[in-house]
Amino acid sequence: MKPASFEYRAPEQLDELLELLADDFTDVRVIAGGQSLVPMMNFRLSTPELLLDLRRVDELGALEHRPDGALSVGATVTQARLLRQLEQQGGWPVLAEGIRHIGHPQIRSRGTVCGSLAHHDPTAELPALAVALDARMTVAGPQGRRTVAAADFFTTYYETVLEPGELLAEVVFPAWPAARGWGFRELARRRGDFALVGAVATVDRDAAGATAEAVALVLFGVGERPVRLGGVEQALAGKPLDAAALASVEPLVAEAIDPVDDLHASADYRREIAVQLSVGALADAWERSSARV
Amino acid sequence: MSELIGRSVPRVEDERLLRGEGAYVDDLHPSGCSEAAFLRSPQAHARIVSIDVEEARSAPGVIAVLTGADLAGELEPMVFQIARVVPETVRASTGAVSRVHPMPAIPADRATYVGQPLAVVVAESRYLAEDALELIELELEPLPAVVDPEAALEPGAPLVEPEWEDNLALEYRYRRGDVDAAFEQAAVVVEEVFHSHRHVASPIETRGVVATVDPLDGTLAVSASTQTPHQLRDFLAGALRRAPETLRVRAPDVGGGFGPKGAIYPEDLVIPYLATRVGRPVKWIEDRSEHFAATTHGREQVHRIALAADADGRILAVRDSIVHNCGAYHTLGLVVPYNTLTHLIGPYDVPAVDVRLRAAITNTGVVAPYRGAGRPEAVFAMERAVTRLARAVGIDAAELRARNLIAPEAMPYATGMIYRDGTEQVYDSGDYPKLLARARALVEEEPWAERAAGRRVGVGYAAYVEGTGVGPFESAALTVLGGGRVRVATGASSQGQSHRTTLAQIAADALGVPFERIEVVGGDTAAIAAGFGTIASRSLVVAGNAVAKAAAELRAAVLDAAGSLLGAPPESLTLADGTIRPLDGDGPELPLADLAGALSPFNPRRPAGAPTELHAKAIFNPGPVTYAAGVHAAVVAVDPATGAVEILRYAVSHDCGRPVNPAIAEGQVLGGVMQGIGGALYEELVYDPDGQLRTGSFMDYLLPTAGEMPEIRLVHVDCPTPLNPLGVKGLGEGGAIGPPAAIANAVEDALADLGVVVRACPLTPDRVRALIRAGGGDGGATAGAGATEVAA
Amino acid sequence: MSEHAVQQVPIRVTVNGRELAAEVEPRLLLSDFIRHHAGLTGTHVGCEHGVCGACTVLVDGAPQRSCLVFAAQADGAEIRTVEGLAEPGAPLHPVQQAFHEEHGMQCGFCTSGFLMTTVALLEETPHPSDEQLVDALSGNLCRCTGYRNIVAAARSAERKLAEAGDE
Repeated sequence: MKPASFEYRAPEQLDELLELLADDFTDVRVIAGGQSLVPMMNFRLSTPELLLDLRRVDELGALEHRPDGALSVGATVTQARLLRQLEQQGGWPVLAEGIRHIGHPQIRSRGTVCGSLAHHDPTAELPALAVALDARMTVAGPQGRRTVAAADFFTTYYETVLEPGELLAEVVFPAWPAARGWGFRELARRRGDFALVGAVATVDRDAAGATAEAVALVLFGVGERPVRLGGVEQALAGKPLDAAALASVEPLVAEAIDPVDDLHASADYRREIAVQLSVGALADAWERSSARV
Repeated sequence: MSELIGRSVPRVEDERLLRGEGAYVDDLHPSGCSEAAFLRSPQAHARIVSIDVEEARSAPGVIAVLTGADLAGELEPMVFQIARVVPETVRASTGAVSRVHPMPAIPADRATYVGQPLAVVVAESRYLAEDALELIELELEPLPAVVDPEAALEPGAPLVEPEWEDNLALEYRYRRGDVDAAFEQAAVVVEEVFHSHRHVASPIETRGVVATVDPLDGTLAVSASTQTPHQLRDFLAGALRRAPETLRVRAPDVGGGFGPKGAIYPEDLVIPYLATRVGRPVKWIEDRSEHFAATTHGREQVHRIALAADADGRILAVRDSIVHNCGAYHTLGLVVPYNTLTHLIGPYDVPAVDVRLRAAITNTGVVAPYRGAGRPEAVFAMERAVTRLARAVGIDAAELRARNLIAPEAMPYATGMIYRDGTEQVYDSGDYPKLLARARALVEEEPWAERAAGRRVGVGYAAYVEGTGVGPFESAALTVLGGGRVRVATGASSQGQSHRTTLAQIAADALGVPFERIEVVGGDTAAIAAGFGTIASRSLVVAGNAVAKAAAELRAAVLDAAGSLLGAPPESLTLADGTIRPLDGDGPELPLADLAGALSPFNPRRPAGAPTELHAKAIFNPGPVTYAAGVHAAVVAVDPATGAVEILRYAVSHDCGRPVNPAIAEGQVLGGVMQGIGGALYEELVYDPDGQLRTGSFMDYLLPTAGEMPEIRLVHVDCPTPLNPLGVKGLGEGGAIGPPAAIANAVEDALADLGVVVRACPLTPDRVRALIRAGGGDGGATAGAGATEVAA
Repeated sequence: MSEHAVQQVPIRVTVNGRELAAEVEPRLLLSDFIRHHAGLTGTHVGCEHGVCGACTVLVDGAPQRSCLVFAAQADGAEIRTVEGLAEPGAPLHPVQQAFHEEHGMQCGFCTSGFLMTTVALLEETPHPSDEQLVDALSGNLCRCTGYRNIVAAARSAERKLAEAGDE
């Protein structure tokens, strides 16, 4: 299990990197943490001709709060670094909780946030979190930069809208209202494994705190990409998320997803669990939310 | 005199391993060493049309590329001695027939399982060797494959071996008592099908071989991550047509074995052969991908078992029809399938028994001993059936077991069966009711808070016996070195079992020399000529007693020599704490170091006729096996909504005879239990119907981690055996035997009212949910459970 | 395959305080660099796909799988391996001592990885919660011990380090 031969560059300037990336005649891959890519290379399932390491490009390492309250996470920011920042400075608690479910410290210490997003394993936590939090993906390429909503970023298994020559330069998580409630539920075979099924939910209550003004619910491990359950979100908007309301959306969850069988669980099982985790995550989010200020 | 046996002496192995100074096979890299990689069959069954290696041969860094055709006439198909052995008594009592099945090192005509080596590349590095593999053009013509062992035994099944008329590799039937009458008279009969699924042992160190031809004397030196270096040497001597003395096989530090490293593999033959052929040292280190496909697997049996009992739950008869999957080659004969027979009835007193087993070859990886080696399979079937019986009779599962256990007064207890070694099966010692009572106390005294809180909590038991310390022999050679140190060489090598500590404890006690002055060397054919190896829970029994025996002889030799030096009769002297003293305390003392110095050829005043060396050798032939035993109890909580199983507590009461080092003994049991838990809940090696391996990485084959470890409690019920001087029994495997049965029983107990019957493991959440659905009870999943979570 | 020159990347790393300069092929895994170029065979390779954790080393203080890092990516990094925990002849590091005392090892193959994981954890979090401890340790596989004694060793190491810090 040794990787096939490749060339390696680690330029310091983003322009130079993008230029190398834009080479149409070479199979180029970018590497940041490599926690998904290197195993595939060791199995020789991925055999790029040129590997572009992002590590020396300083501007890709930024992790900063923007004036509008958003959090921008550059391409080389590790999951561990983001988690530490969130734990120390607060905000985006659902993101912190989700990251804690990624692998183990030995993986998070090298694996990057953007790397996981660009790799797009649909059973991974971060793509679903990005969708649930309406993250904006900054894509850099030969034509400059473009912004893609997380909801539009993930296409199918291990595929995104990234075109050849493009890379995910940063992900921006919009400001996190202090009163927002959140739920994160995941069922995995073992601690640290990719999810069989997972659910991310957020709830923003109205000013009176009596009903949910906005609800987000995103499932992962149930299809080719993170699945946002717009029908459920709409059905719950304007209501208190009590047991009756939650029970009423169960059929909507089951209908909205199209999971598949694999070694670890059947499609039927995933559907069944998706319903439970959805309800659980929504209930948690309701519980943790408070009146809008 | 027993000062060290029975004490948890800290391990002497640890320090160098902790400092990273261990020498595992991949850490050995002789000067000029080349590295090999194997091209492996991508198909389960195929005719080899052509293998074009020309491009690979001229690839950068490539030294040699060989196919099966190149090896034809050089390396005969591999046949293992053990595959031939069916003792006459076994044949007479069971009609056992075992077909000898030669295995090509690298086949030239046909591939018979995914992962079978089809060509080998030797290159300057593993990276370059793997590059060259990609340049080999392999043309295969698919042949029909058979994966399921029951299907393989159906008429008309694809033949794994075209020269055979069917796929039947081994067959036996054992009968005792009037089984038909017992079933007719029975008040209760339970009948069920239980599957043991396929595992892969997964030591964290994979296999590996490094072979070098000594430029001075032509000796072929082989270091391999093996449990049985002496057997490998003897095999290689035959296969390479060399005198055994021209081979040296060493097991260096070995990173876990668990059975598979006791087998001999194509790579173990091909790599040493290549070293003689390419004129360079050759190394092959198995990668994890290869391990899943090409290292022997374990388990995989189907039992159709029936129990007949009276109204009180007394078992009258057991009937079992077993199908065993050998994989593509039937290499180890009786070992695993016959262990299943002799451990099926376990600790129970059953008057009538009828057990039939048929073993099939299939287009899958070879199945060979894996920790338990036929016993966990037997125990899963029997203990599941016993639990079903308890439910049918309507009494507590532990109570039903208690009613059927062999009484301690009945020891020694002859089962009527013949053991694999050809001797009568006799349980030598043990107190099974006490084992059960102790295990029960560990799980039943608790008012389980989880149950009170409305969780579904179940308790399950598994009782078993384990024949340990099987022969034919083990060797020990003790030598007094300069400075009064003593070297203990033995054929038993270690893969983590702590022989350097436990065998030193035994030697220290038997000799009267401080523990610190004893050094144990295992696993080197140059250190001791004869040896058998570390398999089958035998080393402490067989090697331990060999060491004790040799130590007693060495002690006598020391006292003899000291007597002649001191002018005292040897019987008036004693050796204690490394010093020879008069027994009556009246006279000079002679430290062992001084005795060794006095006998040295450098000493001009050494007494005439005195030995120049203090040395003793012993072989211990153990005779019949000694029976370890245990009762495991699992307490689980099952979430009926998700199917998730949580082990709240796992309890083990076990009897390993007289423990030499309790901490090490406990470590062996704990490790075994965790492997068993792995098989019960997480691990399963899966082939698809075409024989493609679906679990080829640790992302698919899930080993338990620290995060899956439950609370485990152990109690010892020590019943020393009369069968060997030390009174010890083996315990390497016991921990792994009970968990699948105990956990399956507990899960079924937790879901009993839902009509759930557990027939196989691993009990993944998905499967538990499916069982609940199949049982007809929904267990309050879907809406109800969601609501519960909301309320919480 | 054309006989083109294979790229060699110059790297400088510090391994256990010792500076090393080397030219490496881009595909050389850090695990192989440590074992075969730096000659530090105490770091073991168990799966080469980032699951078993046997090859865990500290890269700039963080525990990482060295089989999932190319040596070229480690240019400029400070690497610590098991050999760096205690100098030859010096007493064992408290974490090593704890694994010995608690019998937290059998065959020893996974041990280096567990030691480095534990060292990293306790250096960053001197008193980890049970959750943090299990989160870290469950990133390494052991097939011999069943983990109980490893968890006990990590707790014992925590106490040893705290005591050493108090002195």
